[in-house]
Amino acid sequence: MTTVSGWGRFPVVDTEVLRPRSFEAVADAIVAGSVARGNGRAYGDAAIGAARTIGMTGFDRVRSFDPATGRIRLEAGVLLSDLIDAFGPRGFLPFVLPGTRFVSVGGAIAADVHGKNHHGEGGFGRYVDSILLHTGAGETIEVSREQNPDAFFATVGGMGLTGVILEATMRLRTVETGWIREQVVSASDLDAAMRALQASESATYSVAWIDCVARGRDLGRSLIYLGEHASADELAEGADRFPVGKKPGLAVPVDLPAMALNRVTIRAFNELYYRMGARRAGSDHLVSLYPYFFPLDSLADWNRIYGRRGFLQHQCVIPEAGARGVLGDILDRVSKRGDASFLAVLKKLGHGDGLLSFPLPGYTLALDFPVKGDILDFLDEVDRLVVAAGGRLYLAKDARQSRATFEAGYPALSRFKAIRKALDPAGNIRSKLSQRLFDEVKP
Amino acid sequence: MTSRMSVLVLGGSSDIGRAAARAFAKAGYDVGLAGRDVAALEPDAADLRARYNIEVGLFKFDVLDAASFDGFVASLPALPDVVISTVGLLGVQQNAESDLAHATTIMRSNYEGPSLILGLFAEKFLARGNGTIVGVSSVAGDRGRASNYVYGSAKAGFSAFLSGLRARCSRSGVHVVTVKPGFVRTKMTEGMKLIGPLTVDPPVVGKAILNAVEKKADIVYVSGIWRLVMLIIKTLPEAVFKKLKF
Repeated sequence: MTTVSGWGRFPVVDTEVLRPRSFEAVADAIVAGSVARGNGRAYGDAAIGAARTIGMTGFDRVRSFDPATGRIRLEAGVLLSDLIDAFGPRGFLPFVLPGTRFVSVGGAIAADVHGKNHHGEGGFGRYVDSILLHTGAGETIEVSREQNPDAFFATVGGMGLTGVILEATMRLRTVETGWIREQVVSASDLDAAMRALQASESATYSVAWIDCVARGRDLGRSLIYLGEHASADELAEGADRFPVGKKPGLAVPVDLPAMALNRVTIRAFNELYYRMGARRAGSDHLVSLYPYFFPLDSLADWNRIYGRRGFLQHQCVIPEAGARGVLGDILDRVSKRGDASFLAVLKKLGHGDGLLSFPLPGYTLALDFPVKGDILDFLDEVDRLVVAAGGRLYLAKDARQSRATFEAGYPALSRFKAIRKALDPAGNIRSKLSQRLFDEVKP
Repeated sequence: MTSRMSVLVLGGSSDIGRAAARAFAKAGYDVGLAGRDVAALEPDAADLRARYNIEVGLFKFDVLDAASFDGFVASLPALPDVVISTVGLLGVQQNAESDLAHATTIMRSNYEGPSLILGLFAEKFLARGNGTIVGVSSVAGDRGRASNYVYGSAKAGFSAFLSGLRARCSRSGVHVVTVKPGFVRTKMTEGMKLIGPLTVDPPVVGKAILNAVEKKADIVYVSGIWRLVMLIIKTLPEAVFKKLKF
């Protein structure tokens, strides 16, 4: 048995971990209560098997690549950071880059991860053409939009619960450079932030950092980061077309004491961050894709700043119509507590593709909280606001939502369950997350 | 044929071998992978071609078949610029204590075979006037420990061989690098209790090897802390050291 947790380091559970080296060994590894795990960046309990966790990062080979079409076939354990490293300098990047590049392709499909372009270009699954899936019934099948579409759309965003993703074929986008032309817009409150995101629908990339300790008339003040791929002729003479991604330089060496992040330090940080950002507002400038897409990747093991007890990320999406009121209500409650940290993100999303994909047209808000005090009760209260507004929570971040919240948020659940039942009649593929949220067999 | 530099990795299916191949391929080298099971190397060859748009050749090589070494070198389409041996066998110390055949295999896989084949490449490189030889040895060769001295003694022999070869080649255009990785998360160490801060992933070793070749380093500890750890271990008086069970 090994002690395993997600990126949020909550919950921490015992599971058997196997690291198969061949697809045959994957088949042999599946027992009742197994689920695949990629690079362990899901925050909660999604990538922890009910009984056994199958580590997939050993499957890290690219099978083939066609530069004429950008189509790539690869094993599920390849990390997005590997793809950027190898194909970026050749003028290709994944269409969808989430907030960290240290996620596996299998994990990115299973969570149907989104990036700063979701409002216009959709999620990770949209660029996946087909998936080689090993089902809980022991079959290895290729699924796509044409061939077994039910299994395909259950697997995209299906949190690994349709089987083990072995390989995938997907498309990369062509880019001239590895630079982003960034524009920073400062918004003095929530209305201004939402207006700015609305007005920048045509931007390829957009995301707002939101100061979740600002209160009163500053409530929801934000910096909005817009981005476009820079063309080669925008670069200064002699600049590298593709910047080098540095290994995470700084690392958080130990678990910080829980009090390192408190009302005062967070408020001071946010004030400074907002003022510095606001000074850059207005003019365009070029930034490397690494700080633009992955601001936290430069700080290795940043999850340790929340201390040994870990942290929770609460990421909800609220349908556009009722978003202003609910977001204002949530932010008001959060700012009064003052313990949500500097990682608060507001962004517009479009339609999700998979049956359990998180995105829906509206606004997503992500907030981090250290695990302590009455935080679980507080988040249950927030969930009631989310559910009342027709919203839902992101499973890749979730460690604690209730069955009722989940069922209310994911109306395609019964269809997903039926497809899963057909692929895995015995119910072998089960994670701690599926046990918590919808498996009929209780732990 | 291309005008690019080329590297040949002996033990191409090992995790360190694969990582070294990727690091060199990324730097623009054409790559040869050599191993016992050529078919098993195909997926890695495809990976290197797809990622880096380079040429990859596959060659059958068995480190325990010294009689085949001359033929192996002669059969290569071209002599590489760099040759790396990542061949090795950890074995099971407890078995090796009583099973002489197992002990022999460990000794031959870690010392005899790698030394002989790299020695042969050294002859060819010296005749050509240039080339770089990399032997992946081990910190286990710095001092024999109770828990792995069969493996460690073979690595000690390999390190000594590389050291002598380096001295001999020092006035030529041929350079010899000894790499001592320390703990690496690989198939070989799977299931072992490794000490987190002293342990690295294979890509770190791959990049360290590339770096060492480019900088013409002599002896490389992949993470600097191992140099210190082994310095302490090497300087402990034997009377103290022999009581340690690690």
